[in-house]
Amino acid sequence: MAKTNGLSVKTIVAIGIGSALFIILGRFGSIPTGIPNTNIETTYALLALFALLYGPVAGLLIGLIGHTLKDAIFYGQPWFSWVIASAVVGLLIGLMTRRIAIHDGEFGKGGILRFNIAQILANIIAWIVVAPVLDILIYSEPANKVFTQGIVAAISNIITVAILGTLLAIAYSKTRTKRGSLSREA
Amino acid sequence: MSTPMLSYTNLNTPVHRLTGVTKLVFFMVWALTAMIIYDTRCLLVMLVLGLVIFGMARVPFQQYSFVLYLILVFFLLNQVAIFLFSPLYGVELYGSQHDIVHIAGRYTLTWEQLFYQFNVALKYAVVIPIALLFLLVTDPSEFASSLNRIGVSYKIAYSVAIALRYIPDVQQDFQNIAFSAQARGIDISRKEKIGKRLKNVISILMPLILTSVERIEKISTAMELRGFGRKNKRTWYKSRPFQTGDYVALTLVILVAVVSFAVTFADGSRFYNIFE
Repeated sequence: MAKTNGLSVKTIVAIGIGSALFIILGRFGSIPTGIPNTNIETTYALLALFALLYGPVAGLLIGLIGHTLKDAIFYGQPWFSWVIASAVVGLLIGLMTRRIAIHDGEFGKGGILRFNIAQILANIIAWIVVAPVLDILIYSEPANKVFTQGIVAAISNIITVAILGTLLAIAYSKTRTKRGSLSREA
Repeated sequence: MSTPMLSYTNLNTPVHRLTGVTKLVFFMVWALTAMIIYDTRCLLVMLVLGLVIFGMARVPFQQYSFVLYLILVFFLLNQVAIFLFSPLYGVELYGSQHDIVHIAGRYTLTWEQLFYQFNVALKYAVVIPIALLFLLVTDPSEFASSLNRIGVSYKIAYSVAIALRYIPDVQQDFQNIAFSAQARGIDISRKEKIGKRLKNVISILMPLILTSVERIEKISTAMELRGFGRKNKRTWYKSRPFQTGDYVALTLVILVAVVSFAVTFADGSRFYNIFE
């Protein structure tokens, strides 16, 4: 591979395509649950998967670029506190899953467990701490409103990633060739 | 499923003629100012100014009308939610209470609350014209070069360019996959029960994401073959030199920001209190 300064070419492309996916799934991939204003956002399963595959920098930037563009293109105005929370989710999942060797087809019970612990922690920090606190600092909204919104978002995103994210990661790992899967013929 | 989205149209107006850098900096400074200040007078001036600039660009109404409905719905929901959760938040902020009418239980409508929620509404309204305008008058290819010019690494600028370039492709993929899934009886619309719908979503996400991963490999290989990322800098086809209009626009936005901050923080508080 050619020597590059800083980000690898693959990470750069992954950020671009990942953001485009984030935007499309954010717009078309949300499933209404029946509770008003609470949707199952499939796009966060994608974000978790890409953070797992391409690392913390990709996770951070897909959250940041994807969420900003999604809000801007479809709703006319980015909601910065939640944009930053999305970026935090991507960053944290990426940081905490660095040692899972999914590219080598390794995603067994241990990997699944570690991936899920990472996503639960990341979602809690982003939606119950970062997003509401920024809402209060930037938009000066009432605390109990933003914390309620944050808790609902955290729960629904944790469930979405736990189901969809895990299944996607397993499916991906099956497409990879396991390390050491070849054996020398006698 | 032809969902309308905001996109660039090329017209020849003073606003369109500005360079991408000017548009980006203008939008960022404007949004930041509106985010931080809570001073009603400054916000009102900014709103009028924003609308005047928006008018200058002569963007046809159909280009953005659908977004206005979405914004309005979101706006109303947010306002109702604020009142439901914290009916007396305004009283807390402004430190006085002037009742209008008692509704029920802890819900009393006060002038403070009305004024606070008016300010919240105003804060959003100020950003909307400029944000819309930014999206409607910025050429996507020029956008990447302007990100690079204000100091973002060109690699990240390139990621943004790739994202913008591939949105239509990914949308097309998503549609194709969703339609072929529907043809096989896999439905993700409201007609299906929630559990079933979730299961069906997986069978659409899976191929979409796996093809995207493949696409990433393909594009990055192509870029690597062309030596992308070898140098610390790169030039841009779409970058243009500054003209008089750019200096005027930048001076204007810096002036607005400085004056707003000065007026807002002159009395040491973000909030403009009319109840004292």
